[in-house]
Amino acid sequence: MPPVFGVLFDGLAYGMLLFLLSVGLSVTLGMMNFVNLAHCSFAMLGGYVTVTLMNAFGWPFFATLPAAFIAAALASVVLERLFFRRFYNATELDQCLLTIGIVFISIASAAYIYGTINQPVQLPAYLRTSINYAGLNFTVYRLFLVGVALLITFFLVFTIEKTRFGAQVRAAVNNQRMARGLGINVDGLFAVTFALGSGLAGLGGALAIELVGLDPSFALTYLIYVLIVVSVGGLGSISGSFAAAMLLGVSDVAGKYYVPAIGAFLIYLVMIVLLMWRPTGIFGRR
Amino acid sequence: MQKLLMCAAGMALTLTAVGSANAQSTVKIGMINEYSGQFADTGNMIDNGLKLYMKQHGDTVAGKKLEVIRKDTGGIAPDVAKRLAQELVVRDNADIFGGFSLTPNALAAADVSAEAKKFMVVMNAATAIITTKSPYIARTSSTTPQLNFVLGTWAAKNGIKTVYTMVSDYGPGIDAETWFQTGFKEGGGQVVGSVRFPVANPDFSAFIQAAKDAHPDAIYIWIPGGTQPAAVGKALAERGIDPMKTKVLGQDALGDETALKSMGDAALGIITVSDYDYSHKSAMNQEFVKAFNDEYHRNPDFFAVGGYDGTHLIYEALTKSGGKTDGDSLIAAAKGASWESPRGPISIDPETRDIVQTVYIRRVEKVGDKLQNIEFDSVPNVKDPAKERMKH
Amino acid sequence: MSTQTTAGPVRHLQAQFRWGWSEIAFWLATLLPLVLTPSYLVLASQIAITALFALSLDLILGFSGIVSLGHAAYFGIGAYTAGLLSTRGWGDPFLGLAAGALTAGLFGYVTSFVVARFRHLALIMITLGIGLVVQEAANSAGWLTGGFDGLQGIHTLPIFGKFRFDLYGYTAYCYSLAGLFLVFLVARRLIHSPFGLALRGIRENTARMPAIGAPVHAHIQTVYTIAAVIAGIAGAMLAQTTETVSLEALGFQRSADVLVMLILGGTGRLYGGLIGAAVYMVARDQFSGLNPQYWYFWIGLLLIAVVMLLPNGLLGGLSLLARRARTAP
Repeated sequence: MPPVFGVLFDGLAYGMLLFLLSVGLSVTLGMMNFVNLAHCSFAMLGGYVTVTLMNAFGWPFFATLPAAFIAAALASVVLERLFFRRFYNATELDQCLLTIGIVFISIASAAYIYGTINQPVQLPAYLRTSINYAGLNFTVYRLFLVGVALLITFFLVFTIEKTRFGAQVRAAVNNQRMARGLGINVDGLFAVTFALGSGLAGLGGALAIELVGLDPSFALTYLIYVLIVVSVGGLGSISGSFAAAMLLGVSDVAGKYYVPAIGAFLIYLVMIVLLMWRPTGIFGRR
Repeated sequence: MQKLLMCAAGMALTLTAVGSANAQSTVKIGMINEYSGQFADTGNMIDNGLKLYMKQHGDTVAGKKLEVIRKDTGGIAPDVAKRLAQELVVRDNADIFGGFSLTPNALAAADVSAEAKKFMVVMNAATAIITTKSPYIARTSSTTPQLNFVLGTWAAKNGIKTVYTMVSDYGPGIDAETWFQTGFKEGGGQVVGSVRFPVANPDFSAFIQAAKDAHPDAIYIWIPGGTQPAAVGKALAERGIDPMKTKVLGQDALGDETALKSMGDAALGIITVSDYDYSHKSAMNQEFVKAFNDEYHRNPDFFAVGGYDGTHLIYEALTKSGGKTDGDSLIAAAKGASWESPRGPISIDPETRDIVQTVYIRRVEKVGDKLQNIEFDSVPNVKDPAKERMKH
Repeated sequence: MSTQTTAGPVRHLQAQFRWGWSEIAFWLATLLPLVLTPSYLVLASQIAITALFALSLDLILGFSGIVSLGHAAYFGIGAYTAGLLSTRGWGDPFLGLAAGALTAGLFGYVTSFVVARFRHLALIMITLGIGLVVQEAANSAGWLTGGFDGLQGIHTLPIFGKFRFDLYGYTAYCYSLAGLFLVFLVARRLIHSPFGLALRGIRENTARMPAIGAPVHAHIQTVYTIAAVIAGIAGAMLAQTTETVSLEALGFQRSADVLVMLILGGTGRLYGGLIGAAVYMVARDQFSGLNPQYWYFWIGLLLIAVVMLLPNGLLGGLSLLARRARTAP
C-alpha cells in the first residue's frame, strides 16, 4: 500500500483525539449556549491526573484513564455549581471573561504545581510497538486511541438516539423553552451533560499526552482546534463534531504531506471555506 | 508582644538606614526573561543557573552587593522587552541586563543597551546577529551557526553522503538549516530534499514519511524545545525509521532529557550537537550537576549552564573593572575573558564579544537504565562562523 | 412631523453628545503621568496605543455586534507597513501613520465583504481564521517581514524634526496620547451621528433594519473598514514608538488580549476600551513585577472578580451602581 495510507491513518487518529476533546463543548454550547472557554482546562486536568497517578503513585496507564474522566467531571460539577450557573443568562461576553479567567488560573496553577516542563509519560512497552500490515507501520497506541474513540462514539450515539435521556438532550438542544414547557428538567440535564462532556475532555487530555505532549499552555493551545471542530461540525451535534474532527485531522495531515509549504494554513483555510459554505456547521441547525 | 514589635521596628529602621546607605554600593542586574507562558521553562532554568552561581559565590563582588530584578516578557514580545529594558534603566537604575532566551526580545533590548550604554549578557538566544546590535553585548550560550555548521561538516566527514533536512519554519530553524547545509555541502555532501514544518506543529508523521521516501543516509531535524522533540521521536519510530540505520541528526533540543524519557528506546542512536550535556565527564561538571540537583531536583541543561556562565562573566567583569558599572568598563573587562565552565573551557572573543567554546557531537545511548547523550567527538575553540565570514 | 414629537428624542441625543464633566476629567487625568509618574511613560504610551486598538474593536463589537477574534491582523498590517517604510528610509512618523492606516484600511475593506455576510459563531471563527492566515503569511514572507526575529532597522525620525523618541518616553507618550485623542474625537462624532445610531440598530436587531431603510451590509462594511483603519493607526504607532515589529503584533494572543480588555472595561461605551486597557495593562505590569512566574493567576482572579461583581464590565457595573445610588431613597 502506498505510504500515504499510513499517514492518513495517523490523521484519523489525530482527528479522533480532537473529537474526544471537542464533543463535550459542542453539546453544551448547543444546549445551553454557555460559552465555556475553560473546556480545555478540564482536558489539561485529566492529563495531569494521569501524569500524577502514573509518576507519583505508580498506577498502570489504563487505570488512570477512568480516573482522569472522573476527576474532570467532578471538577466541572464543582465549577458549574459555584460559578457557571449564575451566568446562564449573562451575555456571551461576560461568559467569555469568566471562563478565560478560569483558564488563566488553571494555567498558573498547573505551572505552580507541576512546573513548566513537558510531562513525560512511560507507557507500557507493548503500546509503543507497531504492527506491520501491508507494508505499513501502525502504532499500537494509535490503534488503541482509534478504538477507544470509536467505542465512545457508538456509546454516545446510542445514548442520544435510543435512550430517554438522549431524547431529552435532543429536545433541549433543539428548543429549550419548549422542552422546559414539557416538564423536562433542563437544568439538571445540563449539569449531567456538562459533567459528561468535561469528563470526555479529561479523558481526551489523558490520551493526548502520548500523542502531543502536556504542559501548562495546553489549555489555550488546543482551545483553537477545539473551537474549529465545534464550529465546523455544528453546535449540539455529535455526528457533526465527529465528521469535522475527521475532516480536520485528515486534511491537516494530508496537507502537510502533499503541500508542506501551506501545511499550516490549510486547516484554517478549510475551516473558512466550510464555514462560508455552511455557517452553522456541517450538521448544524439552519 | 510589645517588645517584639519594638524589636521589629528597630530592626526595620536599621535595615532601611543600612539599605539606603548601601544604595550606591549595589550593583543591579535586570533579568529580562520569559518567566511565564510557553517558554517559561527556559527562562526559569536560566534563572536557576544564575541563582546557583550566586549561592555558591556569594552576592558581593568587588566590594559591592548584587541585586537581581526580574522582569517577565511572557513570551515573544519585543515591544514589552524593550519597555522592560527602558524601565530598568529609567525606573530601577539597573546597571547590567541579563537573561534573554528569545531572539526578538534580545534584539529589542539591544537597542536600549546601546543607547543607555549598559552591559548586556545574553544567556541563551542563539541568533548570530544579536551581538552586533550593541557594542555592550556579550553572549555566554551558543550560536545556531556555531553548532549546526560543525554538525554539517562533521556529518560530511563521517560517512554521510546524502541528507534530508527538516526544520521549523521560523528564524532559528531556517538559520540552522542554512548553516547545516553549508557545512555539509562544503564537506562534500549532497542535500537530497528539505522541508519546513509550521512552528506550532503537533503531528510529524506526514513530514517524516516524506523524508523516508527520499531514502537519504541521514535525516537532519531542527525543532524548538518543549513538546515537539518527543513528538518527533515517536513519529520516527512509528514510520519505522531506526536511528541506528538511517542516521538522525539534530541540535540539542532533540536530545533533551524529558524528550528522551518520552521517546523511550526509540531514541537510541540519535546524534545531536550541543555545547553542554549533564553527562559531560569533568570534575567541575559533576559537582555542578550535584549542586543543581540538590537545589532544584532536576538535571541542568544548556539553558541553566548559559545562565550560570553568564553570571560568572558578570562577576569576572565586575572584579576586573574594580567595581565600575558603566558599560564601557564592563565590556572591556569581558572581552577576552576565559574560564572553565561545567561544559568545558570557554572564552569571550574580544572582537565579536561572542562565545568561543568546544562543540560536542553526542549519541543517545543507554547508561544503566537511563537514556543519555554520550559525547563521542568534539571540535574545540569554535568561533561563530557567521561573523567569521562577515569579516571577509 | 411637528417639532413637538421630535423634540424629546432630539434633545436626548444632543444631551448625550455634550461633553460631561467626567469625560473632561478623564482626558485631563491622562496628562498626569507626564508630571506624576515620569518613569512610567513608556508603559503609559503602550497603554494609549492599546486603548486606541481597543477603541477600534469597540466600534465593531460594542456598537455593531460583530465579534472578531482576528482584529490584530489590521493592527499588525499597520505596524509592518510603518516599520517597512522606516527600514526603507522613510521614517517620518506621520507618513508611517498614514501608510499604516491606508494599508490596514484597504485590507479591512477587502475582508469586510466576507465579514458582513456572517453572524454568531461562524463570524467569530472566520475572523479568527483570517487572523491566523495573515500571521502565517507574514511568517512565510520572512524575506519581507523578518519572520520570527522581527523587523530590524526601524528608525523613527523625530517629530517635526525636533522631538526625538527618547529613552524616558516623553515623546512617545505625547505622540500616542495625541493620536488617541484625535481619533477618539472622530469616533465619538461617528457614534453620535445617524450612522452610529444605525449601527446600534444593527447590533440590536439586524433583521429589522432594512425595514426602516438602513443598508445593513453597506453599514457593516463601512464600520469594519473604519475599525481596520484605526487599528492600523494603533499598530503603526506601536512600531514607531518601540522601533520593533514582530509576528505577535498580528497574533491570536493580541486579538484575544484586546477582546478581554474591552469586555473588562465594558463594550459599547467608547470609554470601556480605554479604561479596560488601562486597568488590564497596569494590573498585568504590577502582578508580573511582584510575581513574574504566576501573574496569570492574579489576572484570572481579577477577571472573575470583575465579571461577578460588575456585570457588563467596569463601566457597565459602575453605571449600574450610579443608577442605584441615584434612585436610592
